[in-house]
Formats: sequence, structure tokens, C-alpha cells
Amino acid sequence: MAAARAYLPGGRIGAGLEALTALRARIMARFMDAGAEPVEPETLISADLLLDLYGEDIRARAYILHDPVEGELALRPDFTVPVARLHMEGGAAPARYAYEGLVWRRQAPGSARPAEYLQAGIELIGGADPAAEEAEAFTLIEGALMGVETRAMTGDLSIAFAAIAALRTTEPRRAALRRHLWRPARFQALLDRFAAPPPPSPSRARLLAMAEPARRAEIAAAGGFVGARGEAEILGRLAVLAAEEAAPPLAAEEKAMIEAVLKVRGPSSEALSRLRALARPEMAPALDRMERRLDALAARGVEAGALPFDAAFGRNLEYYDGFVFEFRAARPGLPPLGGGGRYDALTALLSTGPGEPAVGGIVRPEALLAASA
Amino acid sequence: MIRLGLPSKGRLQEAAVEWLAARGVIVERAEEGREYAGRVTGVEDVSLALLSAAEIPQELAAGRIHLGVTGEDLVRETIPGWEAKIDLGLPLGFGHADLVVAVPAVWVDVETLHDLDAAAAQFRRAHGRRLRIATKYHNLARAFLAERGVADFQLVDSQGATEATALHRTAEAIVDITSSGETLRANHLKVLEDGLILASEARLCRSLAAPLSPEQATALARLAGRLGLPLG
Repeated sequence: MAAARAYLPGGRIGAGLEALTALRARIMARFMDAGAEPVEPETLISADLLLDLYGEDIRARAYILHDPVEGELALRPDFTVPVARLHMEGGAAPARYAYEGLVWRRQAPGSARPAEYLQAGIELIGGADPAAEEAEAFTLIEGALMGVETRAMTGDLSIAFAAIAALRTTEPRRAALRRHLWRPARFQALLDRFAAPPPPSPSRARLLAMAEPARRAEIAAAGGFVGARGEAEILGRLAVLAAEEAAPPLAAEEKAMIEAVLKVRGPSSEALSRLRALARPEMAPALDRMERRLDALAARGVEAGALPFDAAFGRNLEYYDGFVFEFRAARPGLPPLGGGGRYDALTALLSTGPGEPAVGGIVRPEALLAASA
Repeated sequence: MIRLGLPSKGRLQEAAVEWLAARGVIVERAEEGREYAGRVTGVEDVSLALLSAAEIPQELAAGRIHLGVTGEDLVRETIPGWEAKIDLGLPLGFGHADLVVAVPAVWVDVETLHDLDAAAAQFRRAHGRRLRIATKYHNLARAFLAERGVADFQLVDSQGATEATALHRTAEAIVDITSSGETLRANHLKVLEDGLILASEARLCRSLAAPLSPEQATALARLAGRLGLPLG
């Protein structure tokens, strides 16, 4: 068992290792043939950075180490963040990067998923033609699977964001929905709440009926100020609550629109027609973009119209905010053999400037070898 | 011989000894100078392990004791995948403690977790960092807040006097156990309306990991019968 590794019974020595090493080299060669520069990001990443990007949840999914001097460090759970950082520090010129190496993920007790496995991937950052680059990232990853049988799945979170932007409601409600798009249960709870706001508690009703001086007196009587959240913030949120209370509930047709958009699934060409039928005029740019991507995929020889699409796909994949894709293994017991997506917003969080368009993807060499055996 | 783990000191131990005695199982502490030893009489083939409260879930999960008295909160917090290792057995009616989310009482705009989430988003915009929640129950707090969709918070470790962290400005809110709520009030905190994470009490737990010889199985069945502990 000492030679066992993710999805491979004997990948650490002898013929098993040779086969894996050769596969890794072939994948990297393909990415470099596509013009990518090889990069080797660090293994230990600042935990603060990951916590700021992903929230506390990352502690349940990544290994956090304690260094008496450096503080908390994380074993890299993926390459996208450190590669994007390398790019942002190096300057703004468009670039493409190839990498491969180990990532580490904590798994739930009893899970059969590996805690340590290889990824090989490519990132296209700063390009000028998003639809073409999405199609290229998709076909680069598909090509790296070298003919092993998979089922593709695609999605596009920018369509959900466009639907939120098109909602006829208040900006704070739209902001709350944007913030929780990646938490589907909470997102639905918010929609339900906005459509049928619960009556305020008696104490809240009383507070909201008060003018600001009375609210100040109420705050002063409630207790001492502890922690770093001050009176201005409490008053500010009371004002937001009062505006929310006065706003009409989210109309039934608004809720129905966004729920219908998120339920669209099927072959891409049919999904696009259905989305066009559901969409508000403001959503047209996102759908035009999807159409351009399908054209770009077709130009690269993909049967784009038949490609499975699910508007809700990607809502559990942190940091993707546009096109997302995955290649699921035909053989049971294996994870998706490859996948990726667009993460423009992440580059903005990693830089002091506005960020850059970015799309990328990975394959899992061990699972790929297991699937092709 | 089967092994029964009890807390080595404190109110939880006293209550457990009383509870056992009421069912004819007598815990005899050894004479002075050997505080952490003792024996069990009134039932055959049971030996005693006096352990710190935090060790009892560990020893149950490792299968080094067959039965143990401990708080449900400790089992759920400290043993990942506890369901496969520990049967929570019997609630004992003492050691009650509620694990709750509490925020400053002065936050008159925050009554529920929904409000806390909105306040956390607002806090991050205003301060450029996540709202701090002090706790020693990291796993239970993180799982509860994630399941309820609260985001933009940061758990900070507090191994004692957690209620005072907001007062000392090292946190904005806390997740901690409370029995009467008095300490929370004294520290200018209030419990959120839907902020109850777990209503914990002491339990007689059974290890699902401890190997049982036929003799031990007999001894366990006999003790379980005496105590009313189901061996499902």
C-alpha cells in the first residue's frame, strides 16, 4: 500500500510511476505547445489570503499549518490563486501559464476522496477575446484528456449575475443575492424572504418607527459598546432595515424569473433559446457572450450546440464567476478528470487595480491514468 | 473487565458518581495520595478510569474505554466523524449547557442569524476585514454558521473567558456555552433568537470502537442493564 496514491494502486515506484511521469510530461508539453509559460508556485500559501477569499469554510477543506513565526499557512488546495498572484505581481501583459504538482484537500471523515493528488493545469490571464479564450481553455483541457471517455458539463454564472442585475427590486436585495449566489440554500432563503418578508418582531417594529435621536437613546440604553462595531454602523443598518421595511416585497414574477433562469438545463443550443425567451433586455450581453463562446467552440471542432449546459452548475465551485466546465469520468469511483472556468473577480481581489479577465482549467493526471488503464 | 471512564474531578464527576450510586453502581475513590485511582463495586468486572473531561471522548473514540460520562458538546466538537465511533447513549439530566451564538446587546439591529450575516457584510465593507467571532468550539461554530449561510466572519480562538473577548476588543461576537445567561449579560452580550447551536448535557456514552471479548460483552450487558443503557 506504500506505493498507492490518489486513484492509483501503484503510482509511486517502478512501472506505475513511469507511466504517471510520462503522462504528466505529455500534458505539460501540450500546454506549452499552446504557448504557455511553465510556472512553479509555492506549496505553502498565506492562510489569511485564502481565508479572506473563501471564508472560514476553507479550514474544513484545506490543511492549515501553524508556524510560530509566520503564523498560519495553508498547503495549497489549488493552483489558481498562487498562479494568479504570480501574474498580478509580474505585470499586466497578457500571459498564459502551465503548471503541475500536488494539491492537498482535507476530506470529511469516512470520505474515499484523496487528501493529496496531482493537478496539471493552464491559466489564460489578461486576454482580449473572452469567448475565444474560454473555448480554448475548454479544448486544451479536453485535449489533455487524450481521448479518455468523459461526459462534459458546462455552466455560466455570469448569466445568473445578469439575472440578479435585471431584478426589479432594491439594490441592497440585489447585493445580498450576488453575495450568496455560491450558497444555493441561503440564496433561496433570501429570495423567499424578499418575496414574503416576515413581519418585524415587536422590538424591531418599535425601533423602526423611531426617529434617529430616539434610536440613539435606545442603543445607549441597550448596553456598553463592546467589539469594534460602533454606533454609526448600528444606526446605518437600522436605516437600511427601515428602507427594506418600506420597500414593496419582491414581485412574484421577479422571483419566478430568476428561479426559471437558474433551472435552465439541457443541450447548449436549446438552453440558449430558453434563456433568450426568459431574459430581460439587460441580460442580452451575457447571452450574446454565451452564443459567441458556442461559436468559438464550434470553430474549434466541438459539437457546441449539443454540449450539456446547466445554469446552476458552478454554484458550489468557489471563485468561478462566468463560464464553468467539467469532464466527468465515465468509470465510477473517479472524480471529474478535468474542469475549470472563468474567475475575473478573483484577479480583482488579488490586485490593487481592477483585475483582469482570466480563465483556466486543470486535469487530474492520476485519475486520468486510472480511467485510461 | 470493561472500562468505565469518569471525569477525574469537579461537579460533573460528583453528579456522575451520584447517578451511578442511585443505580447500585458504587464508585470508591482510593485513599488519600492516589487521587486519580478508584474502583467500582456493586457490579462485577468493571474497572474505573478517571480522566480529564476532554480525554473521555478521545478515549471512547480510540476504544480504550467502553463507557464514559462526558458532555455531548465535547463529543461533537472534538471527534471528527464521531457517529461511527461513539454512541451518545443516555442523557443523564445534569451538566446542561447551551452552545450559543451571542452578540453585543448594544446591537439593537441584530436579532437573528440573518441579521448577523447582514451585519458581517456591512462590517467587512466598513473595516476591510471580517467580523471576529471568538470561540473554542471551532468545528461546531463553523459548521453551524456555514449551514445557516452566514459569511464574512472570522473565527478567533479563545480557550477561556470567551465572554470577555468583545469587551477587550479582540472579537465582535462569540460562540460559547451558557447555562443561565448571566455571564453573557454581565459582559454586555445577548443570545441570537435562532442562535442555539446545541442544547448539551452530560451523557453516558458507549464506544463503538472498543473491542469486546465474550466476557467483556457479558459484563457490558450486565452494567448496561443495571443503568438502563440501550445497546442498540
